[in-house]
Amino acid sequence: MVGLIMKRFLQLLLLLVGISFLVFMSMHLAPGDPATIIGGPTATESDLQAIRTDLGLDKPVLVQYFDYIRGVVQGDLGFSFQNNQSVSEAITSRFPQTLNLAIASMIVAIVIGVPAGIISAIKQNSWFDVSSTTVALAGISIPNFWLGAMLILIFSVELQWLPVGGLSAPFWTIEGMKQLILPAITLGTASAAMIARMSRSAMLEVIRADYIRTARAKGVKRNTVVWVHALRNAMIPVITVIGLNFGFLLGGTIITEQVFAINGVGRLMIDAIAARDFPVVQGTVLLVATLFVVVNLLVDIIYAFVDPRISYD
Amino acid sequence: MESLLNVQNLVTSFRTADGKLPAVRGVSFSVQEGETLCIVGESGCGKSITTLSVMGLLPDNGEISEGSITFQGEELTHKKEEEMRKHRGNDISMIFQEPMTALNPVFTVGYQMMEPLHLHTKLNKKEKKSRAVELLTQVGLSDAEKVLKKYPHELSGGMRQRVMIAIALACNPSLLIADEPTTALDVTIQAQILDLIDDLKRDLGMGVVMVTHDMGVVAEVADRVMVMYAGHVVETGTVEEIFENPKHPYTKGLLASVPNVDDEEHSLEAIPGSLPNLNEKISGCRFHPRCPFATEKCKEEDPPRFQISNQHQSKCWLHEEATTNESRHEAYS
Repeated sequence: MVGLIMKRFLQLLLLLVGISFLVFMSMHLAPGDPATIIGGPTATESDLQAIRTDLGLDKPVLVQYFDYIRGVVQGDLGFSFQNNQSVSEAITSRFPQTLNLAIASMIVAIVIGVPAGIISAIKQNSWFDVSSTTVALAGISIPNFWLGAMLILIFSVELQWLPVGGLSAPFWTIEGMKQLILPAITLGTASAAMIARMSRSAMLEVIRADYIRTARAKGVKRNTVVWVHALRNAMIPVITVIGLNFGFLLGGTIITEQVFAINGVGRLMIDAIAARDFPVVQGTVLLVATLFVVVNLLVDIIYAFVDPRISYD
Repeated sequence: MESLLNVQNLVTSFRTADGKLPAVRGVSFSVQEGETLCIVGESGCGKSITTLSVMGLLPDNGEISEGSITFQGEELTHKKEEEMRKHRGNDISMIFQEPMTALNPVFTVGYQMMEPLHLHTKLNKKEKKSRAVELLTQVGLSDAEKVLKKYPHELSGGMRQRVMIAIALACNPSLLIADEPTTALDVTIQAQILDLIDDLKRDLGMGVVMVTHDMGVVAEVADRVMVMYAGHVVETGTVEEIFENPKHPYTKGLLASVPNVDDEEHSLEAIPGSLPNLNEKISGCRFHPRCPFATEKCKEEDPPRFQISNQHQSKCWLHEEATTNESRHEAYS
């Protein structure tokens, strides 16, 4: 297990070097100059040059990259071009909102997806199965922004049960929970649908396994057969899907954050890209990559607990 | 004497896209305490479905459409799922063909062994554990305490089958159903497992129904033999009668297809053709298209069971003369 963690950590380092290089280069090679955005339309060429020198943008790109990497290694992600805020600060102030939203969405997705998939599988071809697979297909197909807008229209504008947007209150307060409900449903729907489909197919395979027949031959109750003997075996592919989805959600969800006016990492990144705020873009991308790798490492560790045949020693 | 298990005229069918198809077509047999009945036949002849009918473990699209199954005098076919569940793993146990896949990979041997004890007995945790150790020792696994903590993938095929047998024996069943318990094992392990089942049967006085397609296994363990073909019982008799004096052409064919090393002249004879599909309509005797002795009558009329001797019956027109009409349908014990 320690070996696995070490290996993943090394992989992560290599990955971060690669990603930072690609992002750095693509940002610098893409058209658009941060100096013109910072200087505004009235800035003269000498003003722009001064801004470039100030930000270090006049140096060769590779030198800039190595300067940046030197900073990152020392824990310095640089400063935003827009407001001179440190990038780490910008991220730490936005990340809790994204984390809250990601966790809430995953709870919605798991609580709906896993039971729906399993009941579908054990009652294959029943009306429940047919309607849940149809709803799941719809859930995957409906675009986020539309679903979010519809939910706001119904529950916030018409019924006025829930706030229109924002995620200002802490999640443990009633207000905070109310603010989380709609964005969590909006984001969780697609994941729930994916989890439901995966749970259903995994369960269908497991329920026909010989050891399920053995369990029934021992006189195990039907519910125990399903929720104990079969479920744990069917969980491996489902955990993979949950991990992948959670990784995506932690990276910030640009559209949902936009629709619900949530100041998360996704919005931070998209605003930074628009403003050619290189340090912020790089900082957020590195964060997303790291989280993704860490979540997948966690998934691998969970595998070993769920299935004793998986061992990393 | 009342039989331990008595199956009368069992018809088990499957609902399929082609309608309701019978896989077991009027099977009758009985098993006494301390007796081993072997059910033999090719794959797909209905032998496994017969045993699953007894266990009440038919697949979702299967059902018992006719007949009766009585166990210790109790009718099982009308029982609700919950009542049947209380029999399973308790007084009727079953072991399966594939020890590699028949144990749940994510639970320890200990958990899986103690489950029937937990379901069917009132033993406390400590008693359950000592019973599990006792059972594992009984089936010939040394270091039982250690085995309890292991997962199935850490055991060999033979060890897993021993664990399966131990699980099946957990609650001292009166009837043990073994569906090809040795097919997936090495020959040396096969003999050990068969001896084990035989010893346990003698010690515990269980009735055993052993399903197999291996005539070698039959010779080793059977007291009585029931030969099945395409959902029918075609011949039944004591193991001596079946091996020394097989009557039905299908039984003869099965025996002729067993290699014999003692007899150099012996050539293997395959039964021509293959088992008919469930939905295939065959007039007369269902074996006649593959039977070397088939007559016109065989093509037109399904033969009843003819009594050859007290315990020996054959479902073949060739033995019409051997018996009188009165004894045709007489139940055999």
